[in-house]
Amino acid sequence: MSSPRYWREIPQRYRLEAGKCTDCGNIHFPPRLVCSACSGRQFETVKLSDEGTVFTYTIIRVAPSQFVDQAPYAVGIVELDDGVRISAQIADVDLDALEIGQRVRIEFRLIQNEGEAGIICYGYKCVPA
Amino acid sequence: MVGIVGYGTYIPRHRIKVEAIAKVWGADAPSYERGLLLKEKSVPTPDQDTITMSVEAAKNALRRAQIDPSEIGAVYVGSESHPYAVKPSGTVLAEAIGATPEVHCADFEFACKAGTEGMFVCIGLVQAGLIRYGLGVGADTSQGAPGDALEYSAAAGAAAFIFGDDKVVAEVEETYAYMTDTPDFWRREHQFYPEHGGRFTGEPAYFKHIMGAARGIMAKANATAADFTYVIFHQPNGKFPQRVGKMLGFTKTQIEPGWLSPTLGNTYSGSSPMGLASTLDIAKAGDRILLVSYGSGAGSDAFIFRVTERIDEVRDVAPRTRDQLDNNKVYIDYGTYAKFRGKIRKAT
Repeated sequence: MSSPRYWREIPQRYRLEAGKCTDCGNIHFPPRLVCSACSGRQFETVKLSDEGTVFTYTIIRVAPSQFVDQAPYAVGIVELDDGVRISAQIADVDLDALEIGQRVRIEFRLIQNEGEAGIICYGYKCVPA
Repeated sequence: MVGIVGYGTYIPRHRIKVEAIAKVWGADAPSYERGLLLKEKSVPTPDQDTITMSVEAAKNALRRAQIDPSEIGAVYVGSESHPYAVKPSGTVLAEAIGATPEVHCADFEFACKAGTEGMFVCIGLVQAGLIRYGLGVGADTSQGAPGDALEYSAAAGAAAFIFGDDKVVAEVEETYAYMTDTPDFWRREHQFYPEHGGRFTGEPAYFKHIMGAARGIMAKANATAADFTYVIFHQPNGKFPQRVGKMLGFTKTQIEPGWLSPTLGNTYSGSSPMGLASTLDIAKAGDRILLVSYGSGAGSDAFIFRVTERIDEVRDVAPRTRDQLDNNKVYIDYGTYAKFRGKIRKAT
């Protein structure tokens, strides 16, 4: 991930900031310019809930190079308590005990290092609540 | 009066037992368990570092403070394991909690007392009226060289304290600092592991500075050991805080609530601040608490706090320290620990 791209996504990666359509109330994460429900163009910034349930998940056993040391690990779609679904790694979990419907919460974690000398990218993961 | 408005801690879930480390190096586990009163220590996963733990501890402090993070005027992270050599940990922390952009930010480093340094400066800035709230964090993912005595204690954890002069849960009655040039523990630039002076880290270092700071602040406040409900000393192992407490006339009952090291290890900059948080978790209005940190190099910061009635409103708004320490633990073996801590040389 390049530094400028990472920097642009900081409000979402660090603080789960989403765009809520002021016309129809639909929440977009990440924020959009045009509402997919009503084509509205006015949004207010809202912070997503930091707790939710596992909607579905998969176990990654053959990982991309920067995550190879973490394999096997779980990646899931988590439905946060405000109804928004996000995809995130599910960390600190016993993979045999992980199940759909399990309660999780957001934790701030290191996502990846840009090699030995590049920037360190932080963001959200889910952990058992 | 200036005081703690909110506090929070974070402890990683993974643990390694002293016997699992001793087995690899052919060392005698019972001698560490009995001699240094150490049973196990916390271990960070590869996706946890000083910054991530600081953010989680600060979020817990904000839950208790119940303030708008944009009103925080200073963010100071104290650590000897800042992830970047150049780029403050506080930049990421302040951004993650929503305190930017009108905020003063700096990282502190003073071995194990960097956490209380940030707290000390926040108190001064609030008292001077330069900021409304200040956030001081102590956090570390400390490394002990494989096989070295430090490997049995070097652990991971964070504590965050927000200071202000309204919504106070513990007033700051007194502060005091005691510091000399004492080379008992250090790490040179580009070195991965620290060096230490063995037994030299005891008498002329830890004990001299903690005693100096404790006696100094008690003289300043015209107080004796019996005037405090609780006391927290820096915890490089389980034994030292108990011994220095006894030397200063404190009882085990006064030390117990903040004495985390036997099952936590030494969280360096997080150590005595986490002990303070754990003590606040059970304290009552009117309790007087003495905190004395210690950082090799060497110096101690001392604080006297008086707990207010607001403590009852906030203590259960975020996870208690002792609960994080005792629950949801995952034990790992030495191989996993070595992988997690980057101690294995891999092909590039």
